[in-house]
Amino acid sequence: MNIIYEPWPWYVGGPLIALVMFLLLFAGKKFGMSSNLRTVCAAMGAGRTANYFDFDWKSKRWNLMVVLGAIIGGFIASNFMGDSRVGIHPKVAQQLSEDYQITSAGEGYMPPEIFAVDALDDPFIIAVLLIGGILVGFGARYGGGCTSGHGVSGLSNLQIPSLIAVIGFFVGGMIMIHLLYPLIFR
Amino acid sequence: MRYITYLSIGILFGIIMFKSEAASWFRIYEMFHFGSFHMYGLMGSAVVIGIIGVQIIKQKNIKTIDGEKMNLKPKDLSVRRYLFGGTIFGLGWALAGVCPGPMYVLAGAGYISILIVIVGALIGTFLYGLLKKKLPH
Repeated sequence: MNIIYEPWPWYVGGPLIALVMFLLLFAGKKFGMSSNLRTVCAAMGAGRTANYFDFDWKSKRWNLMVVLGAIIGGFIASNFMGDSRVGIHPKVAQQLSEDYQITSAGEGYMPPEIFAVDALDDPFIIAVLLIGGILVGFGARYGGGCTSGHGVSGLSNLQIPSLIAVIGFFVGGMIMIHLLYPLIFR
Repeated sequence: MRYITYLSIGILFGIIMFKSEAASWFRIYEMFHFGSFHMYGLMGSAVVIGIIGVQIIKQKNIKTIDGEKMNLKPKDLSVRRYLFGGTIFGLGWALAGVCPGPMYVLAGAGYISILIVIVGALIGTFLYGLLKKKLPH
């Protein structure tokens, strides 16, 4: 039974992600974790300002339930399902500590240098998190999906648009990590 | 009753994201440095099984539990919106180190700072809604 408490390898996690997609398909819905952002904006009254949010958001309440579930799932997994230290390749860990003084690889799930509450004393960290979020939200809605909607659902359905989007995800990520990180996190 | 189903699927998803480390900032960073096969294996195996399953659904014409057609409509063809939107998403994904699913999972795991990312994502979504007509699609 220890296997549940250890980090799950890719060949366990990947098939389970596919299972989640199929469960949602059987329920008559679609697997995609960013459309809920539009639903939340609409529920907060954004329909008064932009047409894009002027729809019957109550018909999309199901995806808010999935979000609530994801929050509960994160709580359960982090508190009751064992060790959450993430070990990455030693070379990448070393590079992180040498280039960006992020020395916490292997010690936790997230780097406290960015995600600890204390780190929020630094306005720079707040800006990184906020701008990162803005790009994620804007890009996901502009591109019509995220890693789940395009990366898993769309590719599984052999959608060319999803392949283009996934290539975009990767291009953007590579530009950020290899060209912009050295400028941002000096 | 239906809501309990969606909630349960969400809980399953949250546990999978957390335990498979797909929600870890370190794994995203490592992926863009090609430091491990982990994230590629995770996405790759999900997609391979997904493709096989979707083909079976189409061949056998499998219906939803309500007996309706499954939600597998093709997406509108275009290049610009997917390429531009996708690239912008990728920039944010790597900058914050999280994508939309894991944002919620991490909120549940108690990372307070992730709320800033979620607020950002909502602002980004709102900005897209405002600018939609002016953007190339």
